[in-house]
Amino acid sequence: MNERLPRECELLIVGAGPAGMAAACAAADHGISVVVIDDNPAPGGQIWRGGPRVNLPPRARALRERFERLPGLRLCSATRVIDAPTPRRLLVEREHDAGVIDYHRLLLCTGARERLLPFPGWTLPGVTGAGGLQALIKGGLTVRGERIAIAGSGPLLLACAATVRAQRGRLVALAEQAPWSELASFTMELWRWPAKLAQAIALASPRYRAASRLIEALGERRLEAVVIESLGERREIACDRLACGFGLVANTELAQLLGCALGERGISVDQHQATSVAGVYAAGECTGPGGSELALIEGRIAGLAAADQYPLAAALSRRRARWQAFAAQLEQHFALDSSRLPPRRATTLVCRCEEVTLGELETHSDWRRAKLASRCGMGACQGRVCAAATAQLFGWPPPPPRPPLSPARIDSLLLGGMKEVQE
Amino acid sequence: MIRLILDGEALVLPEGTSVAAALAASGDDHARSDLAGRPRAPFCGMGICQECRVCIDGRRRLACVTLIREGMKVERTR
Ligand SMILES: Cc1cc2nc3c(=O)[nH]c(=O)nc-3n(C[C@H](O)[C@H](O)[C@H](O)COP(=O)(O)OP(=O)(O)OC[C@H]3O[C@@H](n4cnc5c(N)ncnc54)[C@H](O)[C@@H]3O)c2cc1C
Ligand code: FES
Repeated sequence: MNERLPRECELLIVGAGPAGMAAACAAADHGISVVVIDDNPAPGGQIWRGGPRVNLPPRARALRERFERLPGLRLCSATRVIDAPTPRRLLVEREHDAGVIDYHRLLLCTGARERLLPFPGWTLPGVTGAGGLQALIKGGLTVRGERIAIAGSGPLLLACAATVRAQRGRLVALAEQAPWSELASFTMELWRWPAKLAQAIALASPRYRAASRLIEALGERRLEAVVIESLGERREIACDRLACGFGLVANTELAQLLGCALGERGISVDQHQATSVAGVYAAGECTGPGGSELALIEGRIAGLAAADQYPLAAALSRRRARWQAFAAQLEQHFALDSSRLPPRRATTLVCRCEEVTLGELETHSDWRRAKLASRCGMGACQGRVCAAATAQLFGWPPPPPRPPLSPARIDSLLLGGMKEVQE
Repeated sequence: MIRLILDGEALVLPEGTSVAAALAASGDDHARSDLAGRPRAPFCGMGICQECRVCIDGRRRLACVTLIREGMKVERTR
């Protein structure tokens, strides 16, 4: 089985996506010993996860190979951070054991998750996130010959469509809520990032429809069809799968637990990627979604800063600014328009775990009251899905996280607590 | 190739396959049942939503972030 968990390190990185891997490489180049924790079975993060159906691009493969061979690197895959019991210490859990790791410096590269909004039928098997379908396909799900609809907002819909085509799935709808005018001005700006322009052209699909609205998913015990509205016309489209997503939201729970200040789009950082808490840095999409290029460059800067290589880090700030500008374009042109979000129906479940409906939530004025009265957000996912949804639907600020960050075993939790008692 | 047991039935799949993909390969991708007994299946694909929780060798695990292993016993949950 696994070797033992490390007990301490100079630099602890949470997340082995593009940001975490780039940071580890940069820090290790300067002699810093690094431990990386990631809850996926293999490094790569959301975009470069391995799997039986994955052909990683050469750049990703090169980074992953370099990362995995770093001298002094200890990589703990399939390991999840569940708590920060005392300063400079994290509690982690794996399938068969748990442990605490003491660190000198910490770098959060926890990435982002999809914003998943409720609509009638979204709990039917066959309905997944758009990035979720990407991930499932990379994990070996076969979609060959299946009819697949994709709906929501953002470039991840196009990436998902390209994967579906490559796997011989039949794309039956690709519905984007942003209007053509926004998509056109976004494309017009892309000359500033030639690689992105090339990518946009490669991903273009004849099924792409702008200004479209996802209305509902239909089916008895499994998805059978989806209803989509485009140009004022509602169409029912028979399908085997629906992949939906409405942009990304930063994973900030661990940062919040540590007391790091948040900005508008994620963890707040300075020019060295340092957070408001001394010794804690953050990089990649947990500081604000912006794609893998921005995650890579932020990761390198953070890794260099954590190794006290400030001049080298400063030399990269112009490249970071270039990709930050791209992120700003994404945010601007794919902004969600509430008139094109799925319709609100009182009977639609918002909290999938505790089965709380929109109607039950609407009677409350804030998240705390709604939670106390309805158990919304108190189930297995601890509000990871519904809190982002209610932030969008009602403007409720998401609640501060509480440990454990994800459901954990009692013996793991005791380990975090007992260490405190012992000292 | 790896052989696992899903709800008592043997399933042979390529190495590196996730348990979530194995559920789908069995012809029925549901992982658990909700309060009213309706099926729920993997949704986020990334360890966030917890819809894919199943019982793996006696422990509650997330199907989407767990890879299949030789002889692994997977049971859908209620
Ligand atoms: C589901 C999904 C699929 C995506 N697919 C694509 C795609 O196919 N193409 C594309 O261009 N972009 C995709 N994206 C966008 C993608 O997120 C970024 O481009 C890129 O991966 C961001 O890199 P990152 O290093 O900031 O974060 P990520 O790549 O998200 O890496 C963060 C890592 O941290 C881990 N982590 C988080 N919290 C913890 C914790 N508490 N304990 C342990 N580990 C933790 C995560 O599991 C993850 O491996 C996807 C996004 C999502 C949400
Ligand atoms: S599918 Fe969401 S946690 Fe596994």
